[in-house]
Amino acid sequence: MTGTVSRRGFNLCLGSGLTSALAAGYSRRAHAAETITVLNWQGYGTDEPWALKLFAEQTGITVRHDYFNSEPEMQTKLRTNPGAYDVVLINSARTRSIAEEGLIDPIALDAVPNAKDLVPSLRDHANLTQGATHFGVSWLWGMNSLAVRQGKVIGADSFAVLSDPAWRNRAALFDDAVTEIGVGALLTGQDINAPKDLNAIAASLKAMKPNVKLVWSSESEFDKAFAAGAFDVAIYWSGASARAQTRYHLPIEFIVPKEGAIGWLDTLCIPAAAKHKAAGLTFINFLIGPQFYLQWAESAGAAASANGAAMAQLPADNAIRTIHKPEYLDKLQFMSMLPDDRRQAFVDLWSEVKAFYAT
Amino acid sequence: MPPDGQTRSRLPPPSLATAGLLAPAYLWMTIAVFLPLAAMLYFSLLTRAPFGNRPAAFTLENYLAFVRRPYLLRVAWTSISLGLWTTGLCALLGWPAALALARTVGGRARGALFLLIVLPFWTNGLVRIFSWTMVLSEGGLLDQAVRLAFPGLRPGEILYSYPAIVIGLVHAYLPYMVLTSYVSIASINPAIIEAAQSLGARVPVLFATVLLPLSLPGLLSGAVLIFVPVLGSFMEPRILGGRVGVTMGTVIEDQFTQAFNWPLGAALSFTMLALVLAMFALLAAAMRLRTAP
Repeated sequence: MTGTVSRRGFNLCLGSGLTSALAAGYSRRAHAAETITVLNWQGYGTDEPWALKLFAEQTGITVRHDYFNSEPEMQTKLRTNPGAYDVVLINSARTRSIAEEGLIDPIALDAVPNAKDLVPSLRDHANLTQGATHFGVSWLWGMNSLAVRQGKVIGADSFAVLSDPAWRNRAALFDDAVTEIGVGALLTGQDINAPKDLNAIAASLKAMKPNVKLVWSSESEFDKAFAAGAFDVAIYWSGASARAQTRYHLPIEFIVPKEGAIGWLDTLCIPAAAKHKAAGLTFINFLIGPQFYLQWAESAGAAASANGAAMAQLPADNAIRTIHKPEYLDKLQFMSMLPDDRRQAFVDLWSEVKAFYAT
Repeated sequence: MPPDGQTRSRLPPPSLATAGLLAPAYLWMTIAVFLPLAAMLYFSLLTRAPFGNRPAAFTLENYLAFVRRPYLLRVAWTSISLGLWTTGLCALLGWPAALALARTVGGRARGALFLLIVLPFWTNGLVRIFSWTMVLSEGGLLDQAVRLAFPGLRPGEILYSYPAIVIGLVHAYLPYMVLTSYVSIASINPAIIEAAQSLGARVPVLFATVLLPLSLPGLLSGAVLIFVPVLGSFMEPRILGGRVGVTMGTVIEDQFTQAFNWPLGAALSFTMLALVLAMFALLAAAMRLRTAP
């Protein structure tokens, strides 16, 4: 079949094409004028230059950043700079309390198409929902658990390995009160966020003294000491374990033992006073989608995505995928908001345990 | 009127000139030191840091930390003993170096030796500490050197121990002792030393009766400059000390970064400051008693 184009039809096509082009150009200019500000940790995905370029090309929206160095600082910035931010990263442990303060908006997940692929248990986690209302979009998750030297420590399936005499002077703990009290809580069968028996936790942590050689506080410190063979059993971060395996080829095996592990979940939220809420949601949709995540995971070694479809697209041997097994989600206790007095009690107990280790 | 009188009349009054010379430094000190300290003192008397919209009340509870948490006494002693070891070793190493620089080395050699001494000042603290981890670890440079000299020895390491912290601290603070001692020793009149020698004083007597007493101000200044910051140090203990690296510095840091309890962190800092001031007051009183006629 051959077709001929009449002059009228040609004019119609040309006209509609011009209109579309003009409309697209107008829409792009309208977006181009739109700039959103994101409040996040520095270097935590949202400020990747390639991602911002890609997002600007796709939507015409420019993204600026402001950073925080601690979660209380983030909360203070939200309180004291209303209207300054359009998207904010909030550890889900704080999402509900910040929502109760009226600092962030409820989010209708229908407005975030990629949310359909979020793992339901993370999407609807109690930390970020109130009834059926979501106050954040789950983005990334990870675990603090047991990491051992592959080939040397065989069959470890309990945090009790940290006090096993076989590993005398060969253990490293994370210098973080919430994590270590959490480990003690898991060992004694308690809730990591509201343990009833702190004495039992103290006893379980103090029992590790003969084994504890190092109390580490940064990823580089851990990796250097592990590479130098300073210890064989430790508490470590899941994302950092993946990076240590892929970047430095360290023989780390990350284990979620029978007691379970400590989980964390980061959410992306819209401040109640944001001036560009729709553009903010567009950016959140971009961030939780597979296109951004896969490239970020490949280039920077990200944490695990809450987007199940994105995780499934990682290569089967990708360390992030092999470490963050979906079945682990059922074994995790996620960090939740701690009241000031409980946080202080955790820090006091951890300080006391560290002083005990030092003697 | 004499010509010099005319000149004098153009100069500002001496008191005004003194004030003009002192004002910039003291203004800066007021803004950069006293104001933050005053703010911290205020925080230390509150139930919580006055950020956001949460109410805070006055309390003295934070100053009872050592009563409520007895393990802090042990931690405080660790900090004090670290301060004493570091200051003592800096004096042992720094004073002879200062004597040599002031009395026997001159010209370019002195300049080169000074450069070596102040080198730690020009190095980033964290880089300096991490470089020590490479030297002190098992299989590190020191371990390799020792086993090269004594092939039969088993591999060992100093890292993650109390001596490792002291090594890192001495490296960081030795320049203070050398510089302050050097200034004191260089200002000793050579005629006094010659007089002592001509009267038959041997080296130990010369050291005990002339050099040490006359250079004591420099030695004490160095001791103060070293002891006080070592009490609050937290990087060296944390990175080089492993599980033994728990000091008042790390406890105070935990209050600020983990517990977000600025009032308690500030109160612990001021308690340590009071302790240091009391120690120096006792030392000064002892010195006065010793030098009193």
